Amino acid sequence: MSNKLNHSMSLAKPDVQDISTKQKIALATGLVGLLILILAFFNVNFPNRAVFLTLALSLITAGTVVYSRDAYLTKLEGIKNDGVWFKSISSRGAMGWALGVFLTAFYIVLYFYAELLGAGQGANGTNTGLIALFDPLSNLLSGRDASQWFVYGTLYTVAIAAFGYKFILKYRHNKYQQIRTVSVIFFQLGFAYLIPEFMHVMNSDLPYYDLKSVWPLNYYLFQDYHLNQFLSAGNIGTTLIIFGIVSTLVITPILTYKYGKRWYCSWVCGCGGLAETAGDSFRQLSSKKMSSWKLERWLIHAVLVFSVIMTVGVVSSFLKGGWVDGVFVEGNYWLSNEAFLTSVGLFLTVIFAGVMIFKRSELGKDALYGAIGYALVILSLFVVYFTGTNEEIFFVNSGTLKSAYGFYIGSIFSGVIGTGFYPILGNRSWCRFGCPMAAILGFQQRMLSKFRITTNGGQCISCGNCSNSCEMGIDVRHYAQKGENIVRSSCVGCGVCSAVCPRGVLKLENDSMDGRINPTEVLLGNDVNLMDLLNQK
Amino acid sequence: MEHIVIIGNGISGVTVARHIRKNSDKKITIVSAETDHFFSRTALMYIYMGHMKYEHTKPYEDYFWKKNRIELKRGYVKTVETKSKTLHFEEGDTLQYDKLVIATGSKPNKFGWPGQDLEGAQGLYSKQDLDNLERNAPNNKVCKRAVIVGGGLIGIELAEMLNSRNIPVTFLVRENSFWNGVLPEGESAMINRHIQNHHIDLRLGFNLKEIKADENGRVKSIVITETGEEIDCNVVGLTAGVSPNISFIKESEIETNRGVLVNRHLETNIKDVYAIGDCAEQRDSGIGQRRPIEAVWYTGRMMGETLAQTICDNKTEYKPGHWFNSAKFLDIEYQTYGWVFAKPRENEAHFHWKHEDDTKCITVCYDTTNNKFLGINTFGIRMRHEVFDKWLTEARDIDYVINNLPEANFDPEFYKHFEKDILSAYNNNLQTA
Ligand SMILES: Cc1cc2nc3c(=O)[nH]c(=O)nc-3n(C[C@H](O)[C@H](O)[C@H](O)COP(=O)(O)OP(=O)(O)OC[C@H]3O[C@@H](n4cnc5c(N)ncnc54)[C@H](O)[C@@H]3O)c2cc1C
Ligand code: SF4
Ligand code: SF4
Repeated sequence: MSNKLNHSMSLAKPDVQDISTKQKIALATGLVGLLILILAFFNVNFPNRAVFLTLALSLITAGTVVYSRDAYLTKLEGIKNDGVWFKSISSRGAMGWALGVFLTAFYIVLYFYAELLGAGQGANGTNTGLIALFDPLSNLLSGRDASQWFVYGTLYTVAIAAFGYKFILKYRHNKYQQIRTVSVIFFQLGFAYLIPEFMHVMNSDLPYYDLKSVWPLNYYLFQDYHLNQFLSAGNIGTTLIIFGIVSTLVITPILTYKYGKRWYCSWVCGCGGLAETAGDSFRQLSSKKMSSWKLERWLIHAVLVFSVIMTVGVVSSFLKGGWVDGVFVEGNYWLSNEAFLTSVGLFLTVIFAGVMIFKRSELGKDALYGAIGYALVILSLFVVYFTGTNEEIFFVNSGTLKSAYGFYIGSIFSGVIGTGFYPILGNRSWCRFGCPMAAILGFQQRMLSKFRITTNGGQCISCGNCSNSCEMGIDVRHYAQKGENIVRSSCVGCGVCSAVCPRGVLKLENDSMDGRINPTEVLLGNDVNLMDLLNQK
Repeated sequence: MEHIVIIGNGISGVTVARHIRKNSDKKITIVSAETDHFFSRTALMYIYMGHMKYEHTKPYEDYFWKKNRIELKRGYVKTVETKSKTLHFEEGDTLQYDKLVIATGSKPNKFGWPGQDLEGAQGLYSKQDLDNLERNAPNNKVCKRAVIVGGGLIGIELAEMLNSRNIPVTFLVRENSFWNGVLPEGESAMINRHIQNHHIDLRLGFNLKEIKADENGRVKSIVITETGEEIDCNVVGLTAGVSPNISFIKESEIETNRGVLVNRHLETNIKDVYAIGDCAEQRDSGIGQRRPIEAVWYTGRMMGETLAQTICDNKTEYKPGHWFNSAKFLDIEYQTYGWVFAKPRENEAHFHWKHEDDTKCITVCYDTTNNKFLGINTFGIRMRHEVFDKWLTEARDIDYVINNLPEANFDPEFYKHFEKDILSAYNNNLQTA
C-alpha cells in the first residue's frame, strides 16, 4: 500500500508540494486582513473604521491575488491539480476540518447570534464589533448602517471576486472557465450586492430583492410580508413581483431549454458562484457513490415538494386576507384564492401528464416516485383550501411554519451545511442535496433541454479524472467509458470534467434533442457489424 | 453451469467478463495477482501526482462484482494445465475452468542493462511499481534526481509525475527526437521543446550503458553509452516499452511467440483457451496496418467486447474499425484517427500545420495518387472521433476533410478556432506544391 494515503489526516506538514516563500508571504498578508476582522469581532475599537475596513478587505484580496499569481503564472498553462489529495486542506485533513469548523461557527453566529457580531449592540441601537466596522461602507452605498447581512454580503462578494480571480488564472488556458467566472463575479457584485443597495436608495420601501435570485431558490419571495412590502412600494413593487413570476415561469424554462441549468447554476447564481470560486479547492470531496446519488434524489425532491407546498400555502393565505389593526380584512386582489389554487393544480397536472405521456420510457422506476410527489402536492392543495385558516396552514401556525422553512432550508442547509461543510462534503452539497431551484432546473434539464455532455466515441481510458472533479458527485466516467452522453439532472455544467479529461473525451454542448441520450453496448471503434447488431437492440 | 475463468483483471479481462454477464448466466471468475479490484492503469500517474487516490481509479464500486455475480480471486497463476483444464496457483491451490481467457497484459522491457535490478531501478506498469516509486521517490530530498530511460508514452508520464514533486529529471531518449518512430518530425520536435519548457533535462540520441550501485545496493548513478558521462541519481525509470506478460504459460501447450498466439477469433491453438488484450498476438499478421500485438487500452476493450460474443455462442471475429488512439504529453493532448506514420510511405504525403504558440499542430496524411484522406494527428485541438470515423469510412479526400474541419472540432465552447488558419495554410501549400 502506498504510504501516502493517510498523510493528509496527520497534523504534520505533507511532505510534498511545499509552497514558495512568496506564497507564504501572500498567505500571511491575507491572514493579517482576516485578523483585523477577527479583532473587530472581539470588539477591538478601531479608530478610523473606514481605513481599517479598507485595509482588511484589501489585504485579503491582495493576499489571494499574489498567492494565485505565484501559484499559477510561474508554470505553463494546463491542469493544476497536483497534490490536491495530499494537501491537508483539500483532502479532509486536519486543516480541512479546522476550516470547516471555523466556517460552520461563523454561519451559526451569523444566523442565530447576530448580536455577537455587534448588531445593534451599541448606544441607541448602533452597531458595535464586526458589524460596526462595516458601517462606513454601508453608509457609502445606501446611507444606512450595516447589518449582519451587509457584512455577510460584502465578505461573500469579496470571496467570489478574489477566488474568482484565482480560478481564472488556474484555468487560463480555458475560455469557458474564464468567461463563466467573470459572469458569476458580475452577477454577484452587481445584482446581489450593489443593485439592491441602490434600489434601497431609490425607494426605501422596497425589500431587499436580488433580481437574479429566482423562486424557489428565493424562498421568501412570495411570503406575505414580502408581498406586502412590494405592494406598498407602488408600481415599482408590482413590477418586481411580476418580474419574479416571469423569471420563474418564462425566462427560466426558456434558458434551461436552450442551455441547460448551467445558465443559472454556474453562470448566474450566487450560491453556485461561491462554490465555483472559493469552493473550487474542495470539488473533489463530493461523494461519487451510488448511495449518495440515491440520497440526493430523495432529499432534493423532498425539498422541492416541500417548497412548492409551502409557497402555495403562503400565497393562499395571503390572498385570503390579513389582519390590519386587529381586524381581519378579506383579501381583495384580482386573483382569488380559489382561482389561484385551481390554476396551480391545473398547471401541475399539465406538466405531470406531459411527462408521463412523452417521457414515460425514460423515467422507468422513477415514474412511481414522480406520481407520488404529484399526488402529494395535489392533495396538499385541497388541504390548504379546506383547512387553511387565516393563521394556520396544515393546522400549524403559519408564522411558525414559515420560519421553520426559512430556518431549515435557508440557514441550516444552504449556510451551515452548504458552505460550512465545504472542506468536508465538497463545495456543492447545498446545490446537490438541498436546493429546490436546482431540482426544478434539473428536472427540466433531464426532460426537455438541448444541453448534454457529449462523449467522444471510444476515446475514454476510464482514468476517473472527470468523476473526481465533479462537484455534483456525478460519476461521469460511468457514462464516458460506455461511450454514452451525460444527461443528468444534477449537472451544473461547470465544465471542469471536460477541462481535466486528459483524452479530450467530454464536451458540453447544446444540440438537438434527438439522440441526446445514447446508450450503447459496444463502443465506437470496434467492428461495425457488431456495433450495429448490438446497439440496435 | 459453464465456468469461465479469466486471468487478469485489467480492461480486457473485465470487459469480457462484463459482456459475458450481460449475455449469459455462466459462472465467471476473474483472477489477478495485482489488486483485489479492477483499477485503471492509465490513471496510475494521477495517484502519484495527488490528483486522485487509488480508490478513485476504480471504475466500478466494490459492490459491483458481487451484484453481477463475478467472482474475484486474488492469486498468481503459476502454470496452466490445459488437458485437465486446471490452473495452479503459486499459493498452492488450483482452479478448474471450462473456458479460459488469458488477459495478463504486459510487463516493462528490460534489456539486460547492468544494474537493472538494483533497488531504485524500476518500471512503471503495475500498482506495485507505483508503490515502489512512492518509496523510492517520495520527494526531492530522498530522490535528488531521477533518470528515465526510454522515450515513449510511459516515459513521458513518469517524467511528468516526478516533475510534479519537483524532482529533477534527466530523460534519456535513444532516438534523436522524442517518439519519432511514431510521430512525424514537426510534431516530435514540438514535443521536444515542450518537454524542455517544463525544465526536464531531455537528452536525445543517448543510450543507457549501466546503472551503478552504492554500498547498500541502491542506485547511485547511471552511465551514458555515447559519452561515458556519469549522472548521479537515486531512481532510474525503465520505460523502454512493454512486452506480453506470459512467462507462466511458456511451459504449457498453449502456443506463444512474443505474445499468446491467437487467430482472428481470439482463439489459441488449444480449444476453449482464448487470449485478449496486451498479451495477445495475432497469428498471421496484424489486422490491416495494425501491429500483431496492440498494447493499448482501446484494443483490449474491443477484444473483450468481441470475445464475449464468441463465448456466448455468437461466434464473432475480431474486426477492429478505424485505428484511433490518444495520449497527453505534459500539457499537450494528442489524438489520432486513421493512419499517420512518422514518415510518409510510398504514395503518401503529409500536410502539417503548427500554431505559432508551439502547443498546437495537426498532421494530415493523404494518398498522393487520389488525394484520399488516410489519417490525422492532432495536438492541442480536440477532434470528434465519430466524425473522423465517418470520413474514413466514406473515404473522403483531403480537400473535403480540411474544408469541413469545423464539423470535427471538439474543443470546449468559446475556445479559439483555427480551422481558417489551417485552411489557408493548406491552400498556400497547394499553390507552392
Ligand atoms: C502508466 C501507463 C499508462 C498508460 N496509458 C495508456 C493510455 O493513455 N492509453 C492507452 O491506450 N493505453 C495506455 N496504457 C496501456 C494500457 O494500460 C494497457 O494496454 C492495458 O491496461 C492492457 O490491459 P490488459 O487488460 O490487457 O492487461 P493489464 O491491465 O496489464 O491486466 C493484466 C492483469 O493480469 C495480472 N496477471 C498477469 N499475469 C498473471 C498471473 N500469472 N496470475 C495472475 N494474474 C496475472 C496482472 O497482474 C494484471 O493485473 C498505459 C499503460 C501504463 C502502464
Ligand atoms: S458533470 Fe461535469 S460539467 Fe456537470 S457538474 Fe459534473 S463536472 Fe461539472
Ligand atoms: S472521460 Fe476523460 S477524464 Fe473521464 S474517465 Fe474518461 S478519459 Fe478519464
